[in-house]
Amino acid sequence: MTPELYLLCILGMCLVTFTPRWLPLIWLSGREIPPLFVRWLRFVPASILSALVVPSILLDQAGNLSLIRPEFLVSLPTLAYAWWSRSLGGTVVVGMLLFYAAEKFMY
Amino acid sequence: MSLQTGNSHFQGLSAAVPIWIGYAAVGVPFGVLAGQAGLSILQIALMSIIVFAGSSQFIAVSMIGSGSGILPIIVTTFFVNLRHLLMSSTLALHLKGVSRGRLSLLAAEITDETFAVNLTRFARGDWDERKALVVNYTSHLAWIASSVAGGMLGHIIPQGAFGINYALTAMFLALLVLQIISSLIGFIALVSGVLAVIIAQVLPGNWYVIIATVVAATLGVIIQDRFPSFLAGKVKAHDA
Repeated sequence: MTPELYLLCILGMCLVTFTPRWLPLIWLSGREIPPLFVRWLRFVPASILSALVVPSILLDQAGNLSLIRPEFLVSLPTLAYAWWSRSLGGTVVVGMLLFYAAEKFMY
Repeated sequence: MSLQTGNSHFQGLSAAVPIWIGYAAVGVPFGVLAGQAGLSILQIALMSIIVFAGSSQFIAVSMIGSGSGILPIIVTTFFVNLRHLLMSSTLALHLKGVSRGRLSLLAAEITDETFAVNLTRFARGDWDERKALVVNYTSHLAWIASSVAGGMLGHIIPQGAFGINYALTAMFLALLVLQIISSLIGFIALVSGVLAVIIAQVLPGNWYVIIATVVAATLGVIIQDRFPSFLAGKVKAHDA
């Protein structure tokens, strides 16, 4: 890929990435949002976080379900710690250490 | 700078630390791969500056490495990043009355990670767009720095030390827990996670994120309307 084409490529990537990030914020923050849509949006954060993280811990590189992956096994005590501590930073540290230990132990 | 401003910058910085760690873990391997695909350090830096979207950048460099044209790369990027539409809509609930200029600055830096951290803070009520901008722009800097570091000296940095590859997963798990403020939301999150796993095995790409979220959130509204007593309990308030 020539440098000119590469520049065009990342500018295009920027445009198609920026637009969906920008439009709703500009469009919705300036007006009354319909109550039904507000109620719907209240469910979005937990749903989207779950939809992002659950497949990442349950599916292996090939996309197959696996319950013996360290990513999944470590997620259980990490979730328990998060529930108990309500601490973001603490959970990140605990999760990393458990994962480090699990990888050492399992491989 | 007033004490107030300094304090709010500090809050923004401390909220962003887990993102920086996670981005270091993801940005370095991205830089390594981009270097292997034939991109110069300047080109790697430019992509991380201009695009700032982790998974689509990985996909783009692998497509560049295999000789793809730019149109397929741009179209793929569009679909991979379409999920930010939902995140941007949700953030809008908390950003009424903020100027368009600031909204645009904020919007440019919405990633899965900055969205999750900022939204959790907004929901707690002690957050504003200035703190969110601190989270967003320092996270972006961490992303640029780590991808450049990966491109420059990727092969001498040990991969996966100290469980660093798990930083973002642990962060998402914690943020998910903090979002579960009622039994119904917990149930809907469970439905969304299960749906995502099923759809991810059937459909290509990352459509599963959008579809699972839309279906689960819609189910949440339907349950509230039709079965108002189902899982109506509150979970302890999140006060992390």
